[in-house]
Amino acid sequence: MHSPGETVPFLDPYPGRSGILSWIFSTDHKRIGMLYLWSILSMFAVGVVLGVLMRLELIAPGRDIMDAQTYNAMFTLHGVVMIFLFVIPGIPAAFGNILLPLQIGAEDVSFPRLNIFSWWLYLTGAVLAVTSLFTGGGPPDTGWTFYVPFSERTTTNVSLAVVAVFILGLSSILTGLNFITTIHRLRAPQMSWGKLPLFTWSLYATAWIQLLATPVLGITVTLVFIERLLGIGLFDPSKGGDPLLYQHLFWIYSHPAVYIMIVPAMGVVSEIIPAFARKSIFGYKAIAISSLAIAFAGSLVWAHHMFTSGMSDTAVMVFSFLTFVVAIPSAVKVFNWVATLYKGSIYLEPPLMFALGFIFLFSAGGLTGLVLGSAGTDIHVHDTYFVVAHFHYVIFGGTGFGLFAAMHFWFPKIFGRMYDRRMANLSWYLLIGGFNMLYFPMFVIGLMGMPRRYYDYLPMYQTGQMVSTIGSWVLVAGLIVMFYGLSKCLHGPRTVGANPWGAATLEWTLPSPPPHLTFLDPPDVPRGPYSYEGVSRDE
Amino acid sequence: MSETHKDYAGDKFGMWLFLFTEILLFGGLFLLYSVYLHRYPAEFHAGGLQLSRVFGTLNTVVLITSSLTVALAISALQQGRKALCLWLLTATIALAGTFMVNKYIEWSAKIAHGIYPGSPEMAAGAGGTNIFFGLYYVMTGAHGLHVVIGAAILGYCMLRIWQGRVSAEDFGLLENGGLYWHLVDLIWIFLFPLFYLIS
Repeated sequence: MHSPGETVPFLDPYPGRSGILSWIFSTDHKRIGMLYLWSILSMFAVGVVLGVLMRLELIAPGRDIMDAQTYNAMFTLHGVVMIFLFVIPGIPAAFGNILLPLQIGAEDVSFPRLNIFSWWLYLTGAVLAVTSLFTGGGPPDTGWTFYVPFSERTTTNVSLAVVAVFILGLSSILTGLNFITTIHRLRAPQMSWGKLPLFTWSLYATAWIQLLATPVLGITVTLVFIERLLGIGLFDPSKGGDPLLYQHLFWIYSHPAVYIMIVPAMGVVSEIIPAFARKSIFGYKAIAISSLAIAFAGSLVWAHHMFTSGMSDTAVMVFSFLTFVVAIPSAVKVFNWVATLYKGSIYLEPPLMFALGFIFLFSAGGLTGLVLGSAGTDIHVHDTYFVVAHFHYVIFGGTGFGLFAAMHFWFPKIFGRMYDRRMANLSWYLLIGGFNMLYFPMFVIGLMGMPRRYYDYLPMYQTGQMVSTIGSWVLVAGLIVMFYGLSKCLHGPRTVGANPWGAATLEWTLPSPPPHLTFLDPPDVPRGPYSYEGVSRDE
Repeated sequence: MSETHKDYAGDKFGMWLFLFTEILLFGGLFLLYSVYLHRYPAEFHAGGLQLSRVFGTLNTVVLITSSLTVALAISALQQGRKALCLWLLTATIALAGTFMVNKYIEWSAKIAHGIYPGSPEMAAGAGGTNIFFGLYYVMTGAHGLHVVIGAAILGYCMLRIWQGRVSAEDFGLLENGGLYWHLVDLIWIFLFPLFYLIS
């Protein structure tokens, strides 16, 4: 009656097919998601090491462990690796791939072969990015933004790095294309748009940004490459070009990319909060629509990165206003999450802890974003540590904690095992403590005037820099505890039932781990994703 | 996962999404073009005069004809006339080749006159002229690359048709290949007036 594919867990070899090849050439969305997860976490490790070394250099003024050129390469590669290889693909490519088809009751994504091709592109981009560290005229030293004219003139290996970015962009586009088509075409017949889980909604909004914004980055970095090769001068004032146009083109992608990073994390939080409050989500439609609103409004605010670049005052005011507009859908989400918790029967498990950490850190990052978004105050803090603190609160505190929350939420589903929850809680305290110790002083010394990306600094910033560096050690300790706690249980027997948290979306109706072949026949979807009546925890 | 899964509308949908991304890729270049046209109207006018309208028009005719042959090839396949379809696709690829040869002659002539990125003449001349020809090379070059890719895609379609894997019952691949080719054509329809007829 049932083929072995419908009973054998997807982590175990399919009868007759085993070995590494059955992973790296798999067209199964769950296996591709796992490939992404492992590669993304590896890249995260690289980014963390670069970041920690940078912080160590900054513990005291003057030279400590590296020279200035190495430091420049460190912050460039830290940015490139973290942004393009960890944060942007992070939640959508890893957890999106594993969960999107399961959440909508589909057999797989629309284009499974394109899906594995995307991962190969990702791998190629990752290898090239890391190769640019060791080849050519030394590692790139432009910062992850590749601003012209410096990126055209520097003798370091910028060309290879922008090729890597182009390839990673293509990978991201194809994933987005795949997800949009899947959500439109392969939902189970009863899975109407109003029953779509909010994580899927967030992936849908994200996929549109990936699809529509990334090509602009593609052409922009290609132009940098062509300029380095041929020296046409499209951005070079001495040849009639305008460097400001590069900044426009770059941010037309890279600001929406911020929402590629954060929106899926918001989707994760929207899944976790109701599951652990045992209460239907407050404002389902508002959350779903606000994801699309963020995607739309977020595409119109790019020039707020350029308030001090010398563009017209009219442009500054328009972009400043639009930036404030984006805060509205973001706040709608935060209020809805908090309202969901209100009078819920909350049980505090690690996924909820991380989700609450997300709300706290993201709110801090979001509110300081308004300081940067209003042109008047931005002039004062532009290109200071205040900006660095702000985007680490949003991206690490937001997306990073969102990813950790997703890992703790879906880990039992993926591996069929429960992790050590005491250790997970301990890691949460270390991470939250270390995080704030690392980044909060940056707000302070940023307001005092410490510029970002500087190798050396005045003695007045010494205390803040030192506290920040010590915070980075606490944070790393938290990461080690967290990953140790998660990996420790990878070898025990699979004891977790289908629905350890008592969540109501479709992936929890499948065994843990899910079998190779899932939803060959579309499932019935009798109720919404957050109606918990009759759904019990099954540990 | 299953090999039999076919979603004709879904495949079309995905292809249209991909075409959006191509338009946005060129959109970045069109954005640069519009800003620089606004800044250097006189130089763009003078630059346009230096381009050969004969070659530009010829290439436009060639590409529009090739779009026609692709459309006819799809109809032929849908009617089950496989041989005719393959001939029409061969004609399309030949027209793509003609386009590239014309492009080669045009570019070589320009380069022989010292008009190429980073040439001493360009460096000594006005900034606007340099930008005009810079954009000319980048945009027509990017387009030329798409012509080559499009021809390769149609060649792959021919192989699949010849093998009988793409047929009157299942012609989605050729339709999508045709859509891509029309896009390549369409971009040229915009490039042609922007460079050759701007003066």
